[in-house]
Amino acid sequence: MVGDILELAARYRDEGADELVFYDITASPEGRSVDREWVRRVARGLDIPFCVAGGIRSVADAEAVLNAGAEKISVNSPALANPALIDALSARFGSQCVVVGIDSHQTPQGYRVYQFTGDPNRTRNSGRDTLEWVREVQERGAGEIVLNCMGSDGVRRGYDIEQLQAVRKLCNVPLVASGGAGAPEHFRDVFTQAGVDAALAASVFHSGAIVVRELKRTLRAEGIEVRP
Amino acid sequence: MTTVIIDSGGANLASLQFALERLNADARVTNDPSIVVNAPRVILPGVGSAADAMKRLRACGLADVLPNLTQPVLGICLGMQLLFTRSEEGATDCLGIIPGEVKRLTAEPGRPVPHMGWNQLTALRADPLLENIVENDYVYFVHSYAAPVSDVTLAATDYGTRVSAVVRRGNFWGTQFHPERSGAIGSRLLANFLRLN
Repeated sequence: MVGDILELAARYRDEGADELVFYDITASPEGRSVDREWVRRVARGLDIPFCVAGGIRSVADAEAVLNAGAEKISVNSPALANPALIDALSARFGSQCVVVGIDSHQTPQGYRVYQFTGDPNRTRNSGRDTLEWVREVQERGAGEIVLNCMGSDGVRRGYDIEQLQAVRKLCNVPLVASGGAGAPEHFRDVFTQAGVDAALAASVFHSGAIVVRELKRTLRAEGIEVRP
Repeated sequence: MTTVIIDSGGANLASLQFALERLNADARVTNDPSIVVNAPRVILPGVGSAADAMKRLRACGLADVLPNLTQPVLGICLGMQLLFTRSEEGATDCLGIIPGEVKRLTAEPGRPVPHMGWNQLTALRADPLLENIVENDYVYFVHSYAAPVSDVTLAATDYGTRVSAVVRRGNFWGTQFHPERSGAIGSRLLANFLRLN
């Protein structure tokens, strides 16, 4: 498993990915933290920034992951359970390495933040308003926000531009779009229409449906400034 | 021929150590002045605040030793800023090896501070450290403070204003970006540093 991860990481690096995010999505639902040994092994081989997410519940958990060589740590469910964790992480390591992941879904009441999304059986509405939460995590010291729009996630019909635009208006730190990428034009649209700082995708890259290098060439041809 | 990485405490050194390991360079982490003085090459990394880092360098006796080194020295990120006379961050005196004051970046709409991410090198001056690194190459930055462009600037980067990305004074070099996280370009710069005498 780790071998596969290292190979995939090297492939994306060679293809020109700007940053990699490693999600241990079952860590929080299973009540454990991400395995530090593989963080070390990834860091040993990788020469671009990477972020690690999964069950980071304390300053000590974060420190172990950062000391193993990760550039950033991302918190999601643990921050919902204990928002002061964001303040503590930011005070200790600086906001530049504190990413807050938000899984958000449109409900009749508006956008709501979901928790434990790594396990379909435990996924639940946290009751928090997404836009309020975006504001709060920035006040607490988040240096970056990854907004995963659950309604568009996995269906490859494009990012949720409307929701990302709403969040962008309140978000003064780098905003990363997640959920919904299925075609190169989806990336173009999210940059030009939602003004995000970065776009994250998983399945379309894993399957080879989109190759990072070709995607970047396409975006550059569209006048979007990306690193080759 | 062991390169010494200075451990000024608190800094995450793993990614730098791994980067040197990938270049097959022998590296050792220390804050012992007697080892630093005798090393063929010294790297001063740094994460955290300038005032804290200076406090730690003074506590282990390195603040007096570093300015007198004659071997190649590379300051990275905060380590580069510490080479200057002074930093606005915590209003602290630094090592005073390079004249000038490090100043806070100004946030603007669309340009949040910290400046975090890939940015291009510009206005390069020829230097052995920058061999095979060219105008517009992308490198990875994470910083809230920066040194203004001056006659020690070998390369700059634009983030609202133009600031120093690579500096040199004599045997002291510095990069504001993280070569250990800057892909092939960063690796090339570190390899160039390891060849300096």
